[in-house]
Amino acid sequence: MNPLTNLSPRVRAWLGFGLGAVVLFAAAPALLTDFRLSLLAKYLCFAIVAVGIGLAWGRGGLLTLGQGVFFGLGGYAMAMHLKLADAGEGNMPDFMELYGQLDELPAWWAPFANPVFALAATVLLPMLVAFGLGSLVFRRRVRGAYFAILSQALAAAMVILLIGQQGTTGGTNGLTDIEGFFGYDLDDPVNQRMVYFIIAGVLLALLALTRQLMHSRYGELLVAVRDSEERVRFLGYNPANVKLVAYVVAAGMAGLAGALFVPAVGIISPALIGIVPSIEFVIGVAVGGRAALLGPVLGAVAVAWAKTALSERFPGTWTYLQGAMFVLVVAFLPGGLASLWGLLKRRREATPPAPEVGERVLVKEVAA
Amino acid sequence: MTVILGQLFTGVSIGAVLLLIALGLALTFGQMNVINMAHGEFIMAGAYTTYVLQQTITDAGLSLLVALPVAFAVAGAMGVLLEWALIRRLYTRPLDTLLVTWGVSLMLQQLARDIFGAPNVQTKAPDILTESTSLGADLSIANSRLFILGLVLLAVAALTAALKFTPLGRRIRAVVQNRDLAAVSGIPTARVDRLTFFIGSGLAGVAGVALTLLGPIGPTMGTNIIIDAFLVVVVGGIGQLKGSVIVAFVLGMLQAMVEYLTTLSVAKVIVFIAIVAFLQWRPQGLFTLRTRSLA
Amino acid sequence: MSETAGGLSIRGLRVVFDGFVAVDGVDLDVAPGDLRFLIGPNGAGKTTLVDAVTGLVKATGSARFGGQELLGRDVHRIARLGVGRTFQTAALFEELTVLQNLDIAAGAGRSPWTMLRRRGAVPDDVAYALETIGLTERRDVLAGTLAHGQKQWLEIGMLLVQNARLLLLDEPVAGMSHEEREATGELLGKVAGERTVVVIEHDMDFLRRFAHTVTVLHAGRVLSEGTVAQVQSDPKVQEVYLGHAAGHDEPVAQGAET
Repeated sequence: MNPLTNLSPRVRAWLGFGLGAVVLFAAAPALLTDFRLSLLAKYLCFAIVAVGIGLAWGRGGLLTLGQGVFFGLGGYAMAMHLKLADAGEGNMPDFMELYGQLDELPAWWAPFANPVFALAATVLLPMLVAFGLGSLVFRRRVRGAYFAILSQALAAAMVILLIGQQGTTGGTNGLTDIEGFFGYDLDDPVNQRMVYFIIAGVLLALLALTRQLMHSRYGELLVAVRDSEERVRFLGYNPANVKLVAYVVAAGMAGLAGALFVPAVGIISPALIGIVPSIEFVIGVAVGGRAALLGPVLGAVAVAWAKTALSERFPGTWTYLQGAMFVLVVAFLPGGLASLWGLLKRRREATPPAPEVGERVLVKEVAA
Repeated sequence: MTVILGQLFTGVSIGAVLLLIALGLALTFGQMNVINMAHGEFIMAGAYTTYVLQQTITDAGLSLLVALPVAFAVAGAMGVLLEWALIRRLYTRPLDTLLVTWGVSLMLQQLARDIFGAPNVQTKAPDILTESTSLGADLSIANSRLFILGLVLLAVAALTAALKFTPLGRRIRAVVQNRDLAAVSGIPTARVDRLTFFIGSGLAGVAGVALTLLGPIGPTMGTNIIIDAFLVVVVGGIGQLKGSVIVAFVLGMLQAMVEYLTTLSVAKVIVFIAIVAFLQWRPQGLFTLRTRSLA
Repeated sequence: MSETAGGLSIRGLRVVFDGFVAVDGVDLDVAPGDLRFLIGPNGAGKTTLVDAVTGLVKATGSARFGGQELLGRDVHRIARLGVGRTFQTAALFEELTVLQNLDIAAGAGRSPWTMLRRRGAVPDDVAYALETIGLTERRDVLAGTLAHGQKQWLEIGMLLVQNARLLLLDEPVAGMSHEEREATGELLGKVAGERTVVVIEHDMDFLRRFAHTVTVLHAGRVLSEGTVAQVQSDPKVQEVYLGHAAGHDEPVAQGAET
């Protein structure tokens, strides 16, 4: 019926990546204005976070409501370096001078002047925090809703901490007015394009990595842990370690996304990483399809795009829409939009097998 | 010393409000394994109910007294509606329930913005509650906080008594301990679920009334406090209310004391670390119902 | 004799749930290669005993397998010592295929590098297990879609590739048709010998056909032990089963039905 389905998975994957590369590297830059392209760059950062959530939540069942923490750690690490670079050697970042509470650079800022340290920190710092929290809670079998609530509480605590330390973190404002990116002026549209290309490249690379993880034996084991943790334990595995890998990888991805977000948008602030943005990351994943590889990416981009398009003109309507979308998708289409394809295909076939409860309700909703 | 005592009492009153919120969560989480993120918006509904009533009944004291039962009913009705419309369809998917109810909470917040406007509003407390009671040399306690403490203790006592001595309470405890057995014993579990939801959500409404005495009323007032309330449930353990009671007060006082010794922002992080450390010792919370089952 | 490789030796095993004594000082020896049936009325402590040996519930006393103490270890560590179990209700990874289920069961000792790569060919032990449990043809279907009996076999197959040397099976033939029971019994007979097998079962007919030895538990204690004939003629056993309301307790009643 469909010629694509006859190809081997490997060939299809290569075709998919080829198509993705053409869209991201050729079509988008050719068709979009500089402004739109920079918006897309921002959405792709969210998509990178979403890929990690898809792995941890979709495959591993770890509902992490605090990815903003890791996004923020990566973002702040990058922004701290860029602020220091903007200020020039020996100077303090502008906001510190402005608030005037400090005579010299705080000691924990100093290492971020080193670009290698800062770049490594954008990924390793979130991974370290995830490793610390994850190994503590997974080992003691804190899971499900308990884990979700703890991850959310971490996001709340981090935001309050950042806001409280205004003198060294910029407080509510965050770190703003970032001008340069490793020597390139971010006001120059050409350099903005370069940032976009880096983000697109990172997204594709992480998709490839995630695909490998999902199809590996580890990926199968992760699904097994999601569906029946105790059974896995009786087979001689420690599920805590299996979950920890997915959680730490997802945190690293969120950190990298945060780091790339800073040059693309020019700011990182508590409002971008708190409870609400953390759940919004999850919305995109849920809408796109949590367990699919591409679902989270497309969902994240679509939701972020819809937010920009609608919230400027009808802010109130957008909030209702966002809430309603979340309710309908999660309650009645748990597989997300990615599962619609399979649903429609099944409906077209002569005698469809009984659809799942959730799907049946959706069909009713659509028909009504 | 007096400063510390004052601080401790502030912690106790914060803990009291947390407890009122956490009780509802613990009930529904224990009985139906449901995490209701819209619980925070039931608090908000209770607070706005107080505000609306004060527009009609100008006497601050009377409107506050009227607000208590009305807020309970309004928030309780919202809870029943939510349970009937969405949550009962999702009982087997607790994590999805969490997300769905978060979507509902977004919409409720926007609804509040559309009705009452985005800026915060304020109610006027009755005169007697704006004063302070002096306890010894230079220690005085705001009457509003004393009132809240009394209100919460009353609510906890009433709830405990209801669970212990009424037929409904026995049914609720039966469903909490073994849903299937309760169902085959002829207990209408669906109706019990709905009633539990009514009571739990109603308590959130009462908490909303209490919060009007402590600060302004706004569309997002539920968001922050709800996380602390969830932490109370996580640390207290589900299935037994005494865990929530102890933990709410301990957490309130711990927060207040650490805040006094450091700053608000550092206190949040320290309390979070303390909770993770506690869960190393008691991963299921302070008190749990132990049953033999493949976890 | 009980301390040789592959034998299970339990001494003074006690499990208490909030004051209720579920297992009350059980001593039990299963020789290497034995096919032992564990029977007893509901609440006798059969499943709890298996839970204790596999680390699911806390217990006092001692349970040694192949000379190693099992009590006090984590579930996954006990599993790595070669102790495998099944559950009353089949516990499979329903959203994974038969092959994936077996491959996961076979893989607890794999290196991180192997884990991060895709499975190439079907491993030999997995292929052999597929053959043994008769699911080679169905290896690519989702485990959740298997028939009830096939699910139970897949569980046994998972124990085989897991390389369990002590198999603890909780009612493996419940709900199976007569033919499926026969096949399962023969499979267990094949497995025992090189491995030690303990089966919790209510079906007396099945027990008579396949058990090598039998232990009867009652109220958390060992009531009787020996060959099928010895146990059946034990007056204490007859009293427990027939004494309280004949036709109420499963073993005899079920045995009579089949």
